[in-house]
Formats: sequence, C-alpha cells, structure tokens
Amino acid sequence: MTNKNNLLAGELERLGISRRTFLKFCTSIGSVMALSPAQAAVMAEKLVTVKRQSVIWLSFQECTGCTESITRSHKPSLESLIFDFVSLDYHHTLQAASGHAAEQAREQAMHDNQGKYILIVDGSIPIKDDGVYSTIAGMTNLDMLQQVAKDAAAIVAVGSCATFGGLPKASPNPTGAVSVSDIVHDKPIINIPGCPPIPVVMTGVLAHVLTFGIPELDSMGRPKAFYGDSIHDRCYRRPYYDRGQFAKSFDDEGARKGWCLYELGCKGPITHNACATVKWNNGTSFPIQSGHGCLGCSEPDFWDAGGFYKALSTGTNSPGQWATAALAAGAAAGLASAYLNKSSKADAEKDHQPVTLEDMGGKS
Amino acid sequence: MNEIELLNWARGPGLAYATAIMFFGLSIRVIEILSLGRPEELAEVRDSGVRDGWLMILKRSLPEVRHWKYITASYIFHIGLLVVIFFFIPHTHLFRDVFGIFWGGWPNYIIDFFTVLSIAGMLYTLVARFYDPARRILSKMSDYLAWLVTFLPLVTGYMAFHRLGLDYTTMLAVHILSVELLMIAIPISKLTHVVTFTMARWYTGSNQGRRGVRS
Ligand code: SF4
Repeated sequence: MTNKNNLLAGELERLGISRRTFLKFCTSIGSVMALSPAQAAVMAEKLVTVKRQSVIWLSFQECTGCTESITRSHKPSLESLIFDFVSLDYHHTLQAASGHAAEQAREQAMHDNQGKYILIVDGSIPIKDDGVYSTIAGMTNLDMLQQVAKDAAAIVAVGSCATFGGLPKASPNPTGAVSVSDIVHDKPIINIPGCPPIPVVMTGVLAHVLTFGIPELDSMGRPKAFYGDSIHDRCYRRPYYDRGQFAKSFDDEGARKGWCLYELGCKGPITHNACATVKWNNGTSFPIQSGHGCLGCSEPDFWDAGGFYKALSTGTNSPGQWATAALAAGAAAGLASAYLNKSSKADAEKDHQPVTLEDMGGKS
Repeated sequence: MNEIELLNWARGPGLAYATAIMFFGLSIRVIEILSLGRPEELAEVRDSGVRDGWLMILKRSLPEVRHWKYITASYIFHIGLLVVIFFFIPHTHLFRDVFGIFWGGWPNYIIDFFTVLSIAGMLYTLVARFYDPARRILSKMSDYLAWLVTFLPLVTGYMAFHRLGLDYTTMLAVHILSVELLMIAIPISKLTHVVTFTMARWYTGSNQGRRGVRS
C-alpha cells in the first residue's frame, strides 16, 4: 500500500491545508491555465493522489534568478506547495549536501527512478571547446545533461537560458552557449522561458505534468496556456496604443497618464508570456504597470534584438550608417561610370569615320 | 528559423542590406543621369529654361480632367502612401533612427483611413490597367511587378496592425520583408521615379523653355 506521506494528501495534512483551500488553489491555477472548472476539479482529485515525484534540477550557465523566482515568495504560498511537494533530489543551490555526496544523490535518484524522474534545467549549455567553460564536479554541462536526460521521463527547461540560450548566448556568444532543445532531441521538452519565468507558471506547468501530463505546447515548446497570448494582447494600456497615445519619455504627461510605452521601446507586441494577466509578486504588478516597457525576456535572442529603449519598428543594427556608406559608395560608382561613359563616347567620336559619296561608289 | 529569428533578421541584416542597396542604387542612377548632360543646342537658346522647368514639375503634378477616374485613384494612392509611410508613428521612429530627424506622427485612425484609401486606389489602378485595352497593351510584366511590390507592404502592414492573418510576430516580419523588397526594387525598376520624377519633369520643361516653348 502506498504510504500516505508519499502522496500530496499527506503533505496537505501535515501543512494543515484544508481540502477546500486546496480546491481553491487548483481552481485558480486552472483558471490561469484556461482549464474548465470541471478540469480543475479533476486536477485537484488527481493531485492529492499523485506520488511524490522525483525531480533532478540541473543548473548550468545561469544566474540563479530562476531558482530565486520560484523560491522567494514573501510568504509560503499555495503555489509553492507543488514545489515543496516534489522530491527535489538534486539542486546545487537548495540541497544541503555538497561535493561527492551531492553527486551521489543525483546518481542515486537517477538509478532509483530510472525513466520516471523529471529533469528540470536552468542555464544554457556551453559547447564550444568541448564544453570546458562550465563544469560541475569535473563533468562538462554537456556531458551531465546528456547523461541525466537519457533516463528522464520529461524535461522542463526553465528560464530563457535553458530554453533559448539566454544571455550567455548573446553575440558574440563566447562559450558557444545553446539551449536544452539544441542538444536533447528524443525526450519531451517543455520550455518555460522568461528571465526569470513567473513562479506560478513554473508550478502550474509542474501541476499539469503531474496530473494530465505534458500540456499543449506552441511551436517553440512553450505551454500555450501561459504563452498563448502576447503581453500586448492582454495589456491594460492597449487602448492607448490603439488610439496612438504614446508616452514620449518616462516622466512626461503621457507617462503619468499611463499611456502606451511603445515609443519608449516596449516589446510587448511580440512577447508571449503571462505577465499582463498573472503578474508578479502575488499578482501585485508587472513591468508595464510599473511604467517600464516590456523587454521581451521570454522570446529568443531578446538581448540581441536592438536597444531596449528603441521602438520595435527600428532596425537592430544602425541602418543609418549603412545608408550613408551606400550613398557615398553609390556616388563614387556613379562618377566612375559617368567617366567611363564619357570616355567611350569620346573614343567613338575619335574613331568615327565619315562615309563619303566616293566610298559609296558615287562621283564627287 | 522561428518567427522571432525571422523578425530579427528582417529588422537587422535584412534592413541593413535593403537600405544599402536602395541608397547605393539610387545614388548611382542619379549621378549617371546627371552626368549625361544635355545634347548640344543647335539653335539659338532663347531662355534659361529654369522657369519652365519648375512649371513643368508643378504642371505634371496637377490633375487632369482626361482620365479623371484613373488619375484620381492614382492621386489617392500616392498621397495615401506618403501619409502612411511618413506619418505612422512606428515608421517615424525608424526614420529618426536612420536620419536623426523626427517630425512626429499622426493618430492611428487617420493612418488607417489612408491605408484603406491607398489599397482601394491601387486596386482600381490595377483593374483599370487590366481592362483598358490601350493600357493593357502598354503594360509589361515589370509594370505588374512594380505594382505588386508597392501593394504588398500596404496590405501586410494593414494586416499586421489589425492582427489579421498570421500571428503578429510573423506578420510584422513579413511586412518588414515586403518593405525591403520594395526598397531593393526602387533603384532597379521604374519605381526609381520616387526620386527621378522631379529631375525628369524639370528636364522636359526646361528643354522646352530653352527652345521657346512655354510649359
Ligand atoms: S505598453 Fe507595450 S504591451 Fe502595452 S499596449 Fe503599449 S506596446 Fe502594447
């Protein structure tokens, strides 16, 4: 018989969380993920009976922001319950063990839960020069990812580094940083981009994986429930955009009136994430609400897509310089061709031999 | 390549190459034309031709009663196109970025109105070109292509703004790419008239003036 302590039901009991509160939690996660109330109830039913899931969390070239995001809520929230409930068998920052003991824990978890554990990755993987730029316990990130991914049931790539290569991949990408999906091709991979991702998005996806399996993903492997709409689609400043009312600086009248931040570089129109609906810090606010444009952190290469404070309609690499250089080069080429035209005309005139009547056999 | 990479390419290398090709091509063409000079006047020159040059620029820009429908449609689409290109707020930021000058834009509903007008005007000119026997005979493939590369940015821009068709990121990328196609076509097709129309008119007018024909 399954030990109740191994089920979420046991954890709920231990924490003194009532069934009603738990149901409310599931409904709220469900509504964020656009599940129907019936599905949310099913999720609740299923969650209480799922077994403690083994999770191995690998951190590669990253800043620990993703871990901070998921663990640093002001008070222990119901959202973090799922995270507390999983059996986090390996995580550099959070585990007590270190050195050989830590690596042993990883190997043990891989062995005990072969084919069943979930692998969470944050950080990009450097592959240049045989991956020497980031190693853990003498093993390159590349080797460790391949080794752990081999027997994982599914992989969750958390944060823009693991999903798209992230800041380490920014031009000129000195370490040859790549994403998880650039390396692993034979496992289901769920991408949860963001720099960092929203905590409830991470826990919501985990809850979905534990109950219904892999959620529906978009073409970039992101769960549609959270990344289906753009920030702009759900932005409360959208009416100002539609009317063409834009703040011109961060402290002009438009900014104070809460007008659209497009001209100040907002990348909301091309950024898919749930910030505008779920928000941050327990639903307090999100960048645009605090008066700053969206940086587009949940989209690939956002760091190389031109200035953060330049409008989306501008070019990413100084077309002005190209225009000036091209004008000058065109002028030089035009003059050269004019000279050639002139000289071939002069040559033609010089070589011109008039035909006389005599030439034509007539009498002069 | 995903849609963001496509957009980043269009905003980055694509825009840079198209800008370079357009300015390079236009400056070669203008300088070459200027270097051709005038043929030697064999008769006595009667006038400097300056006045008639300017008059011709103006005159050829005025509407005519003849073919008034076609000319009106053509007017509408030219004016609409200019308004949309130079006064849609996101476009003004691009110009500020490239040329360093900013003239502010017009509200979206005005731009929207002119976009629809331009699209309608262009469609009319296409239909007229096709159904009028004389125009049809005179039209070559290159005329239809010139029409198409001008039409595409208008339609894709309209669709991107109204979130029609493909997802916004892809639509925006397609719009920018279609503009780049137009930029490349400008120096190598009859669309060079965006800069040479004044030169050509001035030349015709002043030539006539020098020979004593009033514009
Ligand atoms: S602030 Fe950004 S996301 Fe919001 S409406 Fe303006 S451009 Fe769109």
